[in-house]
Amino acid sequence: MLFVQKKRKLVNYAKWGYIFILPFFVSFFIFSLIPLVDTIRYSFYEYYRSGIKEIGPNFIGMANYASLIQSDMLKYAGNTLILWLIGFVPQIVIALTLASWFVDVRMKIRCQQFFKVVIYLPNLIMASAFAMLFFTLFSKTGPVNSILMSLGVISEVIDFMRTAFGVRTLAGSMNFLMWFGNTTIMLMAAIMGISPDIFEASEIDGCNSTQRFFRITLPLIRPILAYTLITSIIGGLQMFDVPQILTNGQGNPDRTSMTLIMFLNSHLRSKNYGMAGALSVYLFIVSGILCFIVYKITNDNDPDGSKAAAKAKKKRGER
Amino acid sequence: MSSKSFNRLRTVFAHVLLIFLSFLCLFFFYILIINATHSHAELQRGFYALPGTSFLKNFNSVANNGEFPMIRGIMNSLIVSGCSAAICIYFSALTAYGLYAYDFKLKKVAFTFIMMILVMPTQVTAMGFLRLITKMGMYDSLLPLIIPSIASPAVFYFMYSYLESSLPLSLVEAARIDGAKEFRTFNQIVLPIMKPAMAVQAIFTFVGSWNNYFVPALVIQSKEKMTVPILIALLRGADYMNRDMGKIYMMILLAIVPIILVYLLLSKYIIAGVTLGGVKG
Repeated sequence: MLFVQKKRKLVNYAKWGYIFILPFFVSFFIFSLIPLVDTIRYSFYEYYRSGIKEIGPNFIGMANYASLIQSDMLKYAGNTLILWLIGFVPQIVIALTLASWFVDVRMKIRCQQFFKVVIYLPNLIMASAFAMLFFTLFSKTGPVNSILMSLGVISEVIDFMRTAFGVRTLAGSMNFLMWFGNTTIMLMAAIMGISPDIFEASEIDGCNSTQRFFRITLPLIRPILAYTLITSIIGGLQMFDVPQILTNGQGNPDRTSMTLIMFLNSHLRSKNYGMAGALSVYLFIVSGILCFIVYKITNDNDPDGSKAAAKAKKKRGER
Repeated sequence: MSSKSFNRLRTVFAHVLLIFLSFLCLFFFYILIINATHSHAELQRGFYALPGTSFLKNFNSVANNGEFPMIRGIMNSLIVSGCSAAICIYFSALTAYGLYAYDFKLKKVAFTFIMMILVMPTQVTAMGFLRLITKMGMYDSLLPLIIPSIASPAVFYFMYSYLESSLPLSLVEAARIDGAKEFRTFNQIVLPIMKPAMAVQAIFTFVGSWNNYFVPALVIQSKEKMTVPILIALLRGADYMNRDMGKIYMMILLAIVPIILVYLLLSKYIIAGVTLGGVKG
């Protein structure tokens, strides 16, 4: 009887499942899938605008891809990587340190909630406004220069925007400031998910705090660490707002802080559809691989899977 | 005993570092707020540690500036972010419920598909998107900034996880036995249960949309439709040295104040919500 009912339920209600998920898929189909196909299609065409004349679309095969490889694309990829690294390395170090301190009962960090609120704040700030703020503050006549001058730290104004080092450091530090709080909170949740028994057992075995961090905490939060790393790489790949506003879209000096998306943006603005398409496809392939890794990680953490993994790890940890 | 004093030393060091980092996070906003209250002439003379008296003057000159219609921009941003957040959470909840509560053939395929595109950057489809909305006659309008948020994989995933943990299917069965139609069950029973998840995601979607710059900058052309980030970019592109600095600080302040206010009011929920969206440990 129960079985029959269940079967009837399948027959009766299945259509509602389709109806409920329909808007999502229609919207995705129209606004993401069609554009994606269109983008890929035009990446094989010569299609751009010179002046008011539209050239193409003429099929030219892989020529756009080849000319992108020969252009400065790889340099821009390098820039993107450097900007990302300047932000990410201190971010992950600080976040790991803070997260392990926050959950360490013996550290007795005061005003935890206050610190969490403050370090997460920059994550919500409009990146473009933040970049504009930094540009104003660090300009030659800006307050940072005047504070440093009056403190006697420097004798001459520093033009941060003139050197590649200055611009890259500024952009990287802004990314650090915007993301370290978020990462801290993510990692903190991960560490709090570790069973306290393991920490207790390690203490009885005479583990000190350094050993505890490297031998227990780090290996056990590896899935979330990997997730943070990959999502941060995807975020880094999309880096646009900060360097775009900071350098007014030029990536100056000498295009040393031009990122891939800034490059894409300039092609889109000049209506160079063929090149923009090919560049998008390159980006699509890279982010597709990264998406797949994220998919793998999140699926490994399915309620059932994670429990099994945790058990296996626990056994290994106790031995 | 030595380990105890070592621990104390560590605690002191931890507090020093935390205070330093908090200082870094707040310092720039402090200067921003202070400088927004000073006139251009005062700012030329140097840096002030205390607020000045030109707050209203700066605000009025921003409000009455036709070149950068900031108030209009804030209205546009509010419309786009508000509508995006509303339809995003409603349809994400609907999709999550559809995949959670019903059994159908393509269920697994649909779920796997959404998980695959979970973190796909929107930039890679920007070119086709731009051509598409031009063909649809939606170029230079606010609609293409709102409608696509119906399909937000990350919000869906959050809602789905939430449903898994807090909606017993027996409740749905009970509603059916009581004769409720499927949509009514969703709107009157499931939605109220999902309120906490929807509130958190509404905030994040709102903030994300408020701060979004890449796509709006490509879609919007006319000044009266510009959102705040585009105006900030316009400000950066304008001849910078001849501008009223008090006004520039005021514009930046206006761009970030609404978010900071929301954050200060709801920080507890926002911070709790950060971790829920990610991988569960």
